[in-house]
Amino acid sequence: MKVHLDQVNKSFFKGKDDKLHVLDNIDFEIQEGEFVSLIGPSGCGKSTILKLIAGLDAPSSGEVKVNDAVVKGPGNDRVVVFQEGGLFPWMTVLENVTYGLHLKGSSKQAAHDKAMEGLRMVHLGNFTDAHPHELSGGMKQRVAIARSLVMDPDVLLMDEPFAALDEQTRLVLHKELQHIWAQTGKTILFITHNIREALTLSDRVLLMSTRPGAVKQQYEVQAARPRDPSDSVIVDLEKQVMAELEEEMEKVLKEEFGDDYNLEKSHVRDGDRSDMGSHI
Amino acid sequence: MVIVAIWEVISKLGFFPVFMFPPLFIPSEGGGVTVMSTLISGILSGEILSATGVTLVRLLIGFSIAIVLGLTFGFLIARYKIVDDTLGFFVTALQSIPSIVWFPLAIVWFGLGNAAILFIVAIGATWTMTVNSSAGFKNVPSIYIDAAKTLGSSGTHLLRTIILPASVPHIISGLRVAWAFAWRAIMAGELLGSAGGLGYLLDLGRSTQAMDLVLSIMILIGVIGTIIDNQVFLRMEKTVARKWGLKA
Ligand SMILES: Nc1ncnc2c1ncn2[C@@H]1O[C@H](COP(=O)(O)OP(=O)(O)O)[C@@H](O)[C@H]1O
Ligand SMILES: [Mg+2]
Repeated sequence: MKVHLDQVNKSFFKGKDDKLHVLDNIDFEIQEGEFVSLIGPSGCGKSTILKLIAGLDAPSSGEVKVNDAVVKGPGNDRVVVFQEGGLFPWMTVLENVTYGLHLKGSSKQAAHDKAMEGLRMVHLGNFTDAHPHELSGGMKQRVAIARSLVMDPDVLLMDEPFAALDEQTRLVLHKELQHIWAQTGKTILFITHNIREALTLSDRVLLMSTRPGAVKQQYEVQAARPRDPSDSVIVDLEKQVMAELEEEMEKVLKEEFGDDYNLEKSHVRDGDRSDMGSHI
Repeated sequence: MVIVAIWEVISKLGFFPVFMFPPLFIPSEGGGVTVMSTLISGILSGEILSATGVTLVRLLIGFSIAIVLGLTFGFLIARYKIVDDTLGFFVTALQSIPSIVWFPLAIVWFGLGNAAILFIVAIGATWTMTVNSSAGFKNVPSIYIDAAKTLGSSGTHLLRTIILPASVPHIISGLRVAWAFAWRAIMAGELLGSAGGLGYLLDLGRSTQAMDLVLSIMILIGVIGTIIDNQVFLRMEKTVARKWGLKA
């Protein structure tokens, strides 16, 4: 298997004896070429899982394996697309995309060609000399995706990459990402708190419970591709996931609001049901 | 303009002897001194020009030392908690000491002269540079560092390509303030250091009671200070703000 989290625990130390148990016995696998989403309320440890796989942080116990080797640190076989893109603002679009290629030892020409190919794939071939602040939110995320793809990583890690985008842009990028995935066959771990987004994109959705974060449920999404968000399979699953997530939400809300909880509950129920996580 | 006019009138009224209150443009008697004529003849004769040269070279050297030291200290403070707790704590105190206060020490250490003046300039700018650069290094968004690491960067490559450039906006505003400190420090140092430069000319003007010379140098100091602040640092700050996308 491509990615394997084996009995992973993670705690953060706040003070001398005050520790925050964030991940509890996380154990799952991702197959080669699989598109897996991780959903759960804010603060349940999704980004922490991604950082462990990326090698940006180490588990307190247990092992993270990629290609059967234990992850010891960051490596360009696992590249991350962050929510805000994480583009370097002082570099042009092209410099951003070639950054990792130069580190990989590509020649100037090869890096340039590869970067152009990546930028064309996300329809930004004409924006090579722009700086990130000149781009729209959606364009920035496209550049970040191109920057990751040109590295030809074994695993593409995406941490709520579309969360800050408007609905229209997000739908376009869903299409593009599915297209890219079909073309490249990459193994993708996609984090979101948007249920519909997870179901539209993934082969499999892992639902996390909160504090300490654990994988509570998994759902195989057996809908035809390219996906249509109004597909009956997806709509059906959405209801199931919603029900489960609502339970988690109640836990979080009780913790946060205490006695005021009932007041808040009705408010949340009236909200956009597909995107409950964003309310907290 | 109004100030200039008032000045001219007061100097003409003759309350003060000409050497104390010289006219700016129009001589009070035929062939008498004015600030402008002294400035122009001083520049033409090369006296003021070479003094300006001496001052600027010193400034450049002292300021460069301050930049290197400030960046190094700033990095160490941002990188190592122990340095932050020790040096970082002192820097705040050191920063509040006017640099000329170091002069007696500098004379004892380096003798009265060039080295002592350089020391004053460097120490005047170093602490500001340290505070600003450590703030810059500390505030590098971790998302840039994480992104660079997953793309294969580490160690000095990470420092050179990410941490330094990400800190540039802070560093530039540090440069601008440090420059202002250095500019003040060098005047004080030269005034007391009797080793050439514009400050020394000021002192010469005082001792020979030539206020026309003193005033022309004061004007020059104001002009040079403003030009460098505007043309070098303000421009740098704007370019960086634009390129880094800090302002639309
Ligand atoms: N470096 C850290 N130090 C201390 N606590 C952290 C750190 N990173 C994350 N946490 C805490 O761990 C929990 C999970 O965070 P995160 O993985 O970012 O959640 P999610 O991505 O699901 O919203 C949160 O309560 C957060 O405050
Ligand atoms: Mg997160």
